[in-house]
Amino acid sequence: MGTAFYIAAAVAILSTIMVITRYNIMHALLYFIVSLLSVAVVFYLYGAPFMAALEVIIYAGAIMVLIIFFVMMLSLGSQTAGDERSWMTPGVWIGPSILCIVLLGELVFLILQPAGPAGEVRVVEPKEVGLSLFGPYILAVELAGMLLMAGIVGAYHLGRQKKKIVHRFLETSES
Amino acid sequence: MEAHYWWVIGGVLFTLLNTAAGLIWLERRMLALWQDRYGPNRAGPFGILIVLADTLKLFFKEDWIPPFADKVVFVFAPAVVVASVLMAFAVVPFGPNIVVADMNIGILFFLAMSSLGVYSIVLGGWASNNKYALLGAMRGASQMISYEVFMGLALMGTVVLSGTFNLGKIVEAQRGMWYIFPQLLGFLIFFIAGIAETHRLPFDIPEAESELVAGFHSEYSGMKFGMFFIGEYLGITLISSMIVTLYFGGWLGPAFLPGVIWFILKTFVFISVFILLRASMPRPRYDQLMEYGWKVLFPLSLLNLLGTAAIKLLIDK
Repeated sequence: MGTAFYIAAAVAILSTIMVITRYNIMHALLYFIVSLLSVAVVFYLYGAPFMAALEVIIYAGAIMVLIIFFVMMLSLGSQTAGDERSWMTPGVWIGPSILCIVLLGELVFLILQPAGPAGEVRVVEPKEVGLSLFGPYILAVELAGMLLMAGIVGAYHLGRQKKKIVHRFLETSES
Repeated sequence: MEAHYWWVIGGVLFTLLNTAAGLIWLERRMLALWQDRYGPNRAGPFGILIVLADTLKLFFKEDWIPPFADKVVFVFAPAVVVASVLMAFAVVPFGPNIVVADMNIGILFFLAMSSLGVYSIVLGGWASNNKYALLGAMRGASQMISYEVFMGLALMGTVVLSGTFNLGKIVEAQRGMWYIFPQLLGFLIFFIAGIAETHRLPFDIPEAESELVAGFHSEYSGMKFGMFFIGEYLGITLISSMIVTLYFGGWLGPAFLPGVIWFILKTFVFISVFILLRASMPRPRYDQLMEYGWKVLFPLSLLNLLGTAAIKLLIDK
């Protein structure tokens, strides 16, 4: 299991780096999908099969498809790769990289501390996830539901259109 | 145990790939039957060697990658559909003890893999860099994303009844009664969503040859097109075997035949229904399909889930 974890984690890190460094937005999104899938593998290995399945269904299978859908609609891709290249100057990425390296150092320091809590891997069944979601964490579920409701109402408002009559004889001249 | 495992994997792969190839012949013969003509009947007995001829033709066609395409993604896209469908077969119980991965999250794994299948259409259409392919890919993405929602919700009815995501245990739970009776509505929604998910006629609007040339695979030729083709037949087989597993008792049946044979027989009935649908239904317009999904199937699948859960609670009390 240790080897499988290290492989999945390495794929996740490598693909995430590729997400940041690709100039073509479509290729970046593809690497992002790979990164999500490898995170799902990590979830599965550490006893959360339900989370792993949801990660693939919702993040990789639905949200990323929607993002790719919009990228397709806007016809980004190789045409904007030049723009991306000109924006990717050292001044842009050096600052965040330094901050990340500081965090990485902190993480390594914490891992090297001797008294780490022994990670006991326990498989969490879907039923347990459901019970805790609708038991102690019911408030969070309801708040998320309200947020989604607001999103749906907003989308309906933006997408609503008056029915247009396109026949030339029936068209009313108002505009 | 180890040897048994490899036999199962090999057997499943062998059967599936041959089924998908054989369906080329089966579909043409059956379409011909329903349209009152002969269909392929020259090569071999009953024309079954058409499969071989078709495969050879696909292999020898010029394997052309358009110069304006995004080459890596263009090559990668056809592989996604076959890989994701074959992965989904890993959780299908073909018989007692004949399953590749007896997972506790079987249904979710199936949904996950079928949602990854969308990428082959989307990426294939985008990488072709062609307006018809792009239109097909957009239609495919929105159609499959929408119908996945009802597909998942319709499945939850059987999960409520059996209390598990494990497909083997769902089959076992149907010993008393097949779930087609308590879950008739769920079955119908799952079936319709399954047609849309495999983008078969009547819901083949991502390709819609009368308006979009060939939709998302307009630019594909040779074996790359063959992969989309095989992926579609594998998808039909997958949806048929999921219908059988979830609603028609899987490998359960009278004891004079082994479980696997029952499973195969039932699956072939549904594959034939898929072909009959192609022979008999007109294609709806794109907006009609979306409206039908969100305004009819979505509320119905929610009601089905609510009703099933309420009745289950009442009976358990």
